[in-house]
Amino acid sequence: MNKEIGTIERRKERLDRGIKVRTEGIYAISSLEEVSYLVLPRLILIIGLLLLPAIIPSLYWKRVISITCIYALLALGFDFLANFVGLVSLGGAFYIGVGGYMAAILNKSMGLSPILTIPIATLFGAIICTLLLLPALPLRGVYFAIVTLMYPLAIARIIEALNILGGTDGILGVAGFPTRWIEQYIIILIIIFALFGLRRLVNEDIGLVFRGVKDNDQAVRASGLSITLYKSIAVFIASGLGSLGGAYLSHIYMWSGISQFALDFSIIPIAATVIGGGGTLVGPLLGCFFLVPISEFLRAFGTLRIVFYSIILLTFIMFRSEGIMVYAQRKYHQFERWVKV
Amino acid sequence: MKQEPILQVIEASKSFGGVQALVNVSFEVREGEVFGIIGPNGSGKTTLINCITGFVKMDSGKVLYRGKEITNRPPNYIANLGITRTFQIMRPYYSLPAYKNLIVPLFSPRARKKGGWRGGGKLGDRETVSIDILEEIGFERDSFVPYKLASSLPTGYLKRLELARCLALKPEIILCDEVFSGLSMSEIASMVPLIEKLQMDGITLVMIEHRLRELFRVANRVMVLNFGAKLTEGTPQDVMQDEKVKEAYLGSEKLLDYTFEA
Repeated sequence: MNKEIGTIERRKERLDRGIKVRTEGIYAISSLEEVSYLVLPRLILIIGLLLLPAIIPSLYWKRVISITCIYALLALGFDFLANFVGLVSLGGAFYIGVGGYMAAILNKSMGLSPILTIPIATLFGAIICTLLLLPALPLRGVYFAIVTLMYPLAIARIIEALNILGGTDGILGVAGFPTRWIEQYIIILIIIFALFGLRRLVNEDIGLVFRGVKDNDQAVRASGLSITLYKSIAVFIASGLGSLGGAYLSHIYMWSGISQFALDFSIIPIAATVIGGGGTLVGPLLGCFFLVPISEFLRAFGTLRIVFYSIILLTFIMFRSEGIMVYAQRKYHQFERWVKV
Repeated sequence: MKQEPILQVIEASKSFGGVQALVNVSFEVREGEVFGIIGPNGSGKTTLINCITGFVKMDSGKVLYRGKEITNRPPNYIANLGITRTFQIMRPYYSLPAYKNLIVPLFSPRARKKGGWRGGGKLGDRETVSIDILEEIGFERDSFVPYKLASSLPTGYLKRLELARCLALKPEIILCDEVFSGLSMSEIASMVPLIEKLQMDGITLVMIEHRLRELFRVANRVMVLNFGAKLTEGTPQDVMQDEKVKEAYLGSEKLLDYTFEA
């Protein structure tokens, strides 16, 4: 122990590992060890996700995994919009609902198989969501959030009041997947591709434009780029991910109804982003794999569930507000040591 | 010097609520010249640039670029014609490294048309081009500066980054909103040759400036604004002697002393 308490003359020094050259994204790799330093974390994630359906035995928990993956798609979209384009979107329920109803209608009335309904619902769901959100695109921050929250609430009430699209019963008898294995592995492959695709996208030139829109939209306009165009491309991508999740959800439950416009789909992705670490893309995904199973696990406590859930969320916000992945990445990429001042 | 006007502003007016920011301001900028706009604080200089570049919609009046009307078009349309601007309060992308900041303008339709899909044509990809532009504007290629986050750059470099963003668009006109403000004397001294070099490259410059001594060194003609109205226009020497200008700035006849002390 240092006797002069209060004047302990040492501080924590943080150094980037030598593999990083000058700036983010430029690496110098010269040995197999350094290759594994970069590849290993990604490999662990991919293999872990692929093993998940195999190691989980019960049918109930297998279903939970599929649902978790759908939340993960929404969380990826939310993180992309919020932290790379600067649009805080509460429209998760809107995207899910549009995609879900569209897949159900295509399947029931036109008799298309899930192989066709899911891509069509993804594409046209994204187009519909983007068109409906187009008037809100000049808005920023909380104002955009309010408009995106309004749509799922309004549409659910419209369906209820006008008794269209099956009304409160929803659309029953949608085709399901042939086996559980297909159901799970397709969605797991989809989230792996969505995760690495988005990570690639935000570092491409067009991704830098998105990040520019977040940092300083006026400078983007002065650079000769239309911010409305790039915001709508971003919303198209995020709502496409959501609609894909919704279409998938309809085929998993073999049903589509107004509970697909439930606010869970808007709120849980945000909580997952807070816990997982915003701006990392992988963080929100892992956040979902943490939050959604816990929420299922706590069902045993009945109505006390929400209390425990809130305590877990609060703990994270109080003690690790940056999020798991931001913290983990910092620890992984930097040396820390105590040095004398 | 060629005498045809590249940019014409005719009777521009703009008011914000009860404040008349611009009152029937008309002027012409000739191709290849450095055109200075000066005036006391709040005289409408920045509003004028905002109106020309489409960031603010004019109440009445016209802006012509090479005889073609561009009044109240969106800012990105105007930037793609080659009319670029810097911001008085710098607007870099703070979370991106300096050289990545330039990828955004290099991605614009105008830069893509000139540079091909990769951005630099034969010169390479957009990152290579952006480092070239940064070197031209005073970021040393071999130092760490171009790779640093924009949030960690000092004011002098951010001002240069603003100019670099304009250069990335291969501009015809650059409207500079106080590029010298907030800089130290030595930083200004190193910026002046840069401005002269831009003019030699054939770029027309419109400069709003409070540093009159430096402006008068580079400017061919100067316009004076006061309370949103045009006071006078002419060569720096004429403007300096003008009684109305002295009155606007000082309320007396001490403009000469002021400019040489500042």
